[in-house]
Formats: sequence, structure tokens, C-alpha cells
Amino acid sequence: MQDFGAAFGLAFSLVFNADADLVEIILLSLRVSIGAVALAALIGFPLGALTAVVAFPGRQAIAVLLNALMGLPPVVVGLLVYMALSRAGPFGWMNLLYSPAAMIIAQTILVTPIIAALTRQVVEDMHREYDEQFRSLCIPPRRVIGALIWDSRYSLLTVTLAGFGRAIAEVGAVIIVGGNIDHLTRVMTTAIALETSKGDLALALALGFILLVLALSVNAAVYGLRLSARRLSYA
Amino acid sequence: MKTGKKQALLAVALIGLISGSGIAGERSIIVQSTTSTANSGLYDHLLPQFKQDTGITVHVVAVGTGQAIKNAKNCDGDVLLVHARSAEEKFVAEGYGLSRHDVMYNDYIFVGSPADPAGIAGGGSATIALKKIAASRSRFASRGDNSGTHKKEMALWKQTGIDPTAHSGAWYLETGSGMGATLNAAVGSNAYGITDRATWISFANKSDFDILVEGDAALFNQYGIIMVNPARCRQVERESAQAFIDWILSSKGQAGIAAYQLTGQQLFFPNAKP
Repeated sequence: MQDFGAAFGLAFSLVFNADADLVEIILLSLRVSIGAVALAALIGFPLGALTAVVAFPGRQAIAVLLNALMGLPPVVVGLLVYMALSRAGPFGWMNLLYSPAAMIIAQTILVTPIIAALTRQVVEDMHREYDEQFRSLCIPPRRVIGALIWDSRYSLLTVTLAGFGRAIAEVGAVIIVGGNIDHLTRVMTTAIALETSKGDLALALALGFILLVLALSVNAAVYGLRLSARRLSYA
Repeated sequence: MKTGKKQALLAVALIGLISGSGIAGERSIIVQSTTSTANSGLYDHLLPQFKQDTGITVHVVAVGTGQAIKNAKNCDGDVLLVHARSAEEKFVAEGYGLSRHDVMYNDYIFVGSPADPAGIAGGGSATIALKKIAASRSRFASRGDNSGTHKKEMALWKQTGIDPTAHSGAWYLETGSGMGATLNAAVGSNAYGITDRATWISFANKSDFDILVEGDAALFNQYGIIMVNPARCRQVERESAQAFIDWILSSKGQAGIAAYQLTGQQLFFPNAKP
């Protein structure tokens, strides 16, 4: 397979020439996936912590549901969001279909259960340790949740990265709600799908390499951030 | 109130992240179209000229004809440009679209490996080729996705009196995917396939596959353009959509289609009625 060698070469030349189309696609990929993960964290952290800390009816059911929804098939989410945002659908008036906003919505739905379910687990473990202390001090649940989220922030960073990995890698949802429109909604994964369908396997694989490096860089950046933050807090 | 401020800032940043798309106030339309026209690069060739003439940006959603029509029925597009005449006429007759116009044509071809187990190479008849493939139980990769190409293939099978779906999974492989994915599957599993000529010429993963059957009048492939009915879909950008259709059908648009070549071959032949 000389395709592998060709793909490597192509990936390098694309990156070193800072191909304008490629830069646009990378930036949109990051914007959509980071946007979705940020929204999902905003919803998932409190939701997960709430199910971990507060005893309310249906709590176990929600925990199971969140775990199950981690396996949501992207193409199903894409289809549901398409039906909701289609001009013939209930939210058609918002005119969001085939826009980056629609892609962010779809990925948020995909990522939120992952972040919420993993947050629930992390916070629950943490809560078990501090439960008696909180109780003896009569601290209200709202502040307990806040304290636990803050205390597990490093673990939650990894949780967020798991969500980011899911978002940046999925193609099924964004290709349906975004439409893979050139210069508007084309991201790395849909570009890879497109080049594969054109039979340009070398270019597709080259884009795949770049996506991999992109994911690696984001993870490395977060890891570095975490290290330096730790160093600062213990200095 | 430090955290409150922080949260407000975060919210503003998020809203900016989500809503900051495109240039506001720019005129644009969405064209629901087929993979053959988009993947072959035709739109990349035509749309910059159209934009220069009119200032209108055209966003192309490239899916199979069946899905394009479905999306257009949901009002998720302003213009439909596909290749399945009877489905297009039905779309108009049912009130989903305004009038239908011929735009251009090319033809379908049979492709396969040089080994040619069914012995169809050089034949000029689509139905004879299909009968030979079925008789020899040679692998055949079908779109199986209700696309224009799939509809054409099924119409050809109907003429042979053979129901290939009875052999689905045996020698008849329904990929349920786009043209490119189906060609990749055909090349990967040494199967025959039917494709439009534009997709084939622009397809990069041909391996040793070649055109085996061509030139049958039954393999004619007509593309048509239709405006999505603004009376049904109020969000249709009527003026811009009409401008695009007029331009495609104009002598300038038609000349642009004729001028588009890949590896020295013309991909689409304009045939709009003046």
C-alpha cells in the first residue's frame, strides 16, 4: 500500500503550506467541538453532581439512563436534530439547519450524557469521602455540589477530554445537520468522508492524520495546563 | 459577585462561539443536489462565476437524489438539482416544486475489473449485461439508497425481468451508500457497478477497473432543476433561487457547464431548452 506513504507526504505538505481551506476546516472543527463540549460541561457537571449527591426519586433511573446514553449513535442524534431543525420541523423557524450552530447542538446532545455520567461517578466517589463532614457542618446541597465539583476539577478535566474526543471524532451527526457544505459547515470528519467517497484515499487518510494530531495537541495542551495548575496550587 | 461576572463572561463567549457564523446580510441559497455534480467539481467551477455575476452565495448539500428530494419536501433548500426525471416530475405534480427544467445530461456506464467474469465487456446493451451478471452470479455492487443512479439501475433490472434483491447479500450487494462509497466497495470486492460518467472520471480509486459497457440509449442520464415551491415553503429565497435557475439555464451557465473538463474529458453536456 503506497497510499500510506502518499498520505503522510500529503499531510505534511498540507500542513506546511498552511492550505487555506484546511485551516478553515480545522478552525470550524475546533469551534464546533469545543463549543459543544463547553455547553455539555455547563449542563453535565451540575447534572452529574446533582445525581451523585442529592437523593431524589428516580435518581437511580437517571444514573442508568445517563450511562446508557453515553452510547448514543451519532447518526440517530443527527437524524433527531435534523427533524427538529428542519424547516418542516418544530424549530424550523429558527433557521438553524445547515449551520455550525446546528452542529454544536447535535454534538452537545452527544457529549452531555458522557460528561454527566462520568461526572456523576467522579463526584459520587468524592462525596463518599466527605459525606459525614458535610453533614456534621450542615452544609446545604448546593454548596456541597459546588465544593465537590471544584475539588474534582482535575478528574473532570479528563471527563471533559473524553467528551471532546467523542465530539471531534464523530461524523454521523454533523454530516446530517451540517450538510458538509463547503466553506460553511465542512469539518475534518465530513471532509474525510467526502474525500473517501471521491476515491481520494490518500487525501482522506492525510486529513485523518491531521485530525489525530489535532486531538493529540488538544489533549497535550490540557495535560500541560493541568500540570502547571497543580504545581501552582501546591507551590 | 466575582463568580457572577465570570459566568456572564462565559455565557457571552459561548453565545459568540455558537452564533458567529458567516457574513451577516449576504444573500445565499441552499441547493439540494446529487453527489455526482458536487464530487466531480462542477459546482466549484460554476458557482464562483455565478457569485461574480449576481453576488449570491450558493450552499450545496450533496446527497443522493432520493434524500435530496426528501430534504426539499421538508423545505430544507431553495433549489433542487437532481437526476431522476420521474421522481422530479412527481415532486412538481405534488406541489412541492415549481416547474422543472432540463439542465444537462451525461450517461451511465458499467464498470468492472478486467477479469470480467460475466463477460460483459464491449457490450452495448445494459439489459444484456445485467442478465449475464445475474446468470453468472457475479458480484454486483448496487447503491441501494433510492438515489438517481439506484432508480436507474432498478428500472434496468425491471426490463430484464430479474429481481436482484432476491440475491441480496449473495452476489448482489446493496451498499446503501453514496456513489463513491459504492465504487470503493465494488473496487474492493471485485464487483461490477453502475455509475454516472462524471463520478467515474473524477473518481480517484479506480484501481484496475475500467468502463465495460457504454453507449446504450437506456443509459441516458438527464439532470433537472426545480425551485422549491415558495407557496409551501415560505422561507424559500424566491428571487435568489430564480436568479440561480435563470443563470444555469442561460447561455452563460450552459457554456460554463460545457467548458468543465477533467483529464481532457467533458463531464456534463448542457441541454436546457432556450
